[in-house]
Amino acid sequence: MATMTAEDLTPDIADYLLEVVNARKTFPGVVALDNVQLKVRPGTVHALMGENGAGKSTLMKIIAGIYIPDQGEVRLHGETLTLNGPLDALEAGIAMIHQELNLMPFMTIAENIWIRREPLNTIGLVDHQRMNQMTEALFERLGIDMDPETEVRHLTVAGRQMIEIAKAVSFDSDVLIMDEPTSALTDREVEHLFRIINDLRAQGKGIIYITHKMDEVFEIADDISVFRDGQFISAAPAKELNSDKIIQLMVGREVTQMFPKEEVPIGDVVLSVKDLALENVFENVSFDVRAGEILGIAGLVGSGRTNVAETLFGVTPATSGSIAIDGQETEISSPHQAMLRGLALLTEDRKETGLFLGLSVLENMEIAVLRDGYTKSAFVEQRRLDHECDGMKELLAVKTPSLDERIGNLSGGNQQKVLIGRWLMTNPRILILDEPTRGIDVGAKAEIHKLISKLAAKGVAVIMISSELPEVLGMSDRIMVMHEGKVTGFLDRGDANQVSIMELASSPVEPPVAED
Amino acid sequence: MATNATETPDTGQHLEVIRKRKRKVPTEVSIFLVLVGIALLFEALGWIVRGDSFLMNPSRLLIMILQMSIIGIIAIGVTQIIITGGIDLSSGSVLALTAMVTASLAQQSDYVRAVYPALTDMPWIIPLIAGVLVGALCGLINGALISFAVIPPFIATLGMMVSARGVARAYTDGQPVSMLTDQFTWIGSGANPVIIFLAVAVIFHIALKYTRYGKYTYAIGANPQAARVSGINVRRHLVLVYTIGGLLAGLAGVVASARAGTGQAGMGLMYELDAIAAAVIGGTSLAGGVGRVTGTVIGALILGVMLSGFTFLGVDAYYQDIVKGAIIVAAVVVDQYRQRRRNKTA
Repeated sequence: MATMTAEDLTPDIADYLLEVVNARKTFPGVVALDNVQLKVRPGTVHALMGENGAGKSTLMKIIAGIYIPDQGEVRLHGETLTLNGPLDALEAGIAMIHQELNLMPFMTIAENIWIRREPLNTIGLVDHQRMNQMTEALFERLGIDMDPETEVRHLTVAGRQMIEIAKAVSFDSDVLIMDEPTSALTDREVEHLFRIINDLRAQGKGIIYITHKMDEVFEIADDISVFRDGQFISAAPAKELNSDKIIQLMVGREVTQMFPKEEVPIGDVVLSVKDLALENVFENVSFDVRAGEILGIAGLVGSGRTNVAETLFGVTPATSGSIAIDGQETEISSPHQAMLRGLALLTEDRKETGLFLGLSVLENMEIAVLRDGYTKSAFVEQRRLDHECDGMKELLAVKTPSLDERIGNLSGGNQQKVLIGRWLMTNPRILILDEPTRGIDVGAKAEIHKLISKLAAKGVAVIMISSELPEVLGMSDRIMVMHEGKVTGFLDRGDANQVSIMELASSPVEPPVAED
Repeated sequence: MATNATETPDTGQHLEVIRKRKRKVPTEVSIFLVLVGIALLFEALGWIVRGDSFLMNPSRLLIMILQMSIIGIIAIGVTQIIITGGIDLSSGSVLALTAMVTASLAQQSDYVRAVYPALTDMPWIIPLIAGVLVGALCGLINGALISFAVIPPFIATLGMMVSARGVARAYTDGQPVSMLTDQFTWIGSGANPVIIFLAVAVIFHIALKYTRYGKYTYAIGANPQAARVSGINVRRHLVLVYTIGGLLAGLAGVVASARAGTGQAGMGLMYELDAIAAAVIGGTSLAGGVGRVTGTVIGALILGVMLSGFTFLGVDAYYQDIVKGAIIVAAVVVDQYRQRRRNKTA
């Protein structure tokens, strides 16, 4: 690896400001990136496009030194970098603006920007006056009008975003990484940001820009690299592409036959949702789900699909709208109530809201049914429960030495099966699955898909949220697509394809088409 | 290269199987061994320093266990609170308050300065129930503050710790409450406190292991969000857990006043810390989700053996405290180490 090859000496190497070569990164059970490359020219904005899970963020974190790749290297000005942490990247000249904000709310703007680099006075104390002057100079350059002494907690999300950007610029880095910088900005602020970006571009800096918004890409980007399933697909100047082409590249897979969707008779409407809303999160969500039907919900991360699931299950009760089960209007204000009405929710984030990592497989599986049928005068009927859990373990083919094994020792796929088992034991009539196969291997995925089909065949109404379009397309009878808290359309199984979903998911097209 | 590649995963799997087969030693067993080790150490030191046996002295052992019974009762309540991921700093003060209230309802009629002259010579069950209820009420307030006012358990119970002590002092203007009836003091006589302690231990061992109450307690401590999404009413359950914690502190107050034959506002000073120490030494994790009553009982015995052993050796009380503090810190260090190991395998 350390030896120089002829390729390293080719003259065009200096043409690139930043290069990523053959990057590979795996997490337990998942290959997040494989054989990925990226070439950024100086004085350009390079957009990264791809679906959720395509590997963009992983790649960015490698460049910013947050992840250490299993393989491959990062080169700046043609020189290979050794990045063992974010600080190494910063010192090499690579700064990243994170999607999630990393500011300290009770410190001033100036303190936040210059943290770890505070100017000191003669006796070694922080020179606040000079720090504020430095901040003002920086702001003048960027056209930002804010008082450096304001505490960050008083700023709006957009204001904080601007501070993050200013902070990244203050490092005078050669490469700036922006991960969806406009997600919290208004149109005017976006304009402002683009002015700053154009400035930086004129100074010969390289900007790596991640976004899901097509219009932005064509407004700001010089080059576009597309990723899919952790693989590099293609790179081209923006002029040679259009949004249809990009979407094609982003989704371009064949829909394989790994989705054993059975055609089952569709029954009566079980769940009917009208104008459901959660203030400032989503609104006007209306749909019906019938017995035996699988309703897919597609949309990008942040489109509100998970919030709809959580609201239906009473985790975050709705602020307006109505939910009817079997035609009867009902109120769901807690998960407990939702369960009484026959709902079950497999949550999106296994670790955060699903697993009891320190507890056993058995304790994880039995928790939702302790309420009904399995307790006698407060005592748990453990023997019956052991038996049922054992049966569920067999049914779902959970690979574990025993039910007493700590669930933390199981693979992601098996953990997921245990959680699915938890909910199947409640005999739900309406099963909401949020990313049922996220982060698990192909074999376990196929098993879970088969199981979902079987449940639908038994008359369970299934709502399935997924970021993987082939999964949504392969499993759903109908697909509801969301964008920024609104339903942008419904697609029937026959009409849906990856392109039609992506179009609805990435832009707020005309008012939603009336369903059914 | 190619042959290597096919072999490597094989050996890897093999290693994993071996690691899994290695029998895990339950935490309780290792803590019990620590207890035995400390006891034997005192035995050896006893022969060296005093030429006398530490263990071969039934009356010393009984006194030791009696001393630990009251803290042990509190520690069991605290254990279940720590399992939920919380903490209870108020148990010592709640003990004092209940001791005062209980004693005031258990006075003899021929005592002229009784707190309630009209309520003297009552059957033992009345002060007992009153004391337990006062404790439960304190716990209920703790739980309500934590669940509904969303105050961190540390702060809510710190407030209760200070206030309950104040109420205990104000109750009789700081005067002790004495001359208690014989049938009431019987509760604390002989080995009765030990029997009560063991009964409480057995009940809560069963409750935590075999009832829905226990399962929910562990689930909330392991992951409160997941517990909520699994349909558990987390707030209500926490109120219940703290109420029961207060109830046990109340019971400890009853036993303490019966044993001492008096109620005093200064009783139970720092007991909350001993109780937390017993739980932590016994393997209860401050991160929540992990802990057993058996461990806490052994943890309480470790504290008892240390106290008794140092007294036996004639070591000054200051040095006892130094060692006790070090042991508590060591127990938490071990807990952190265990947690890191858990997270690694996760």
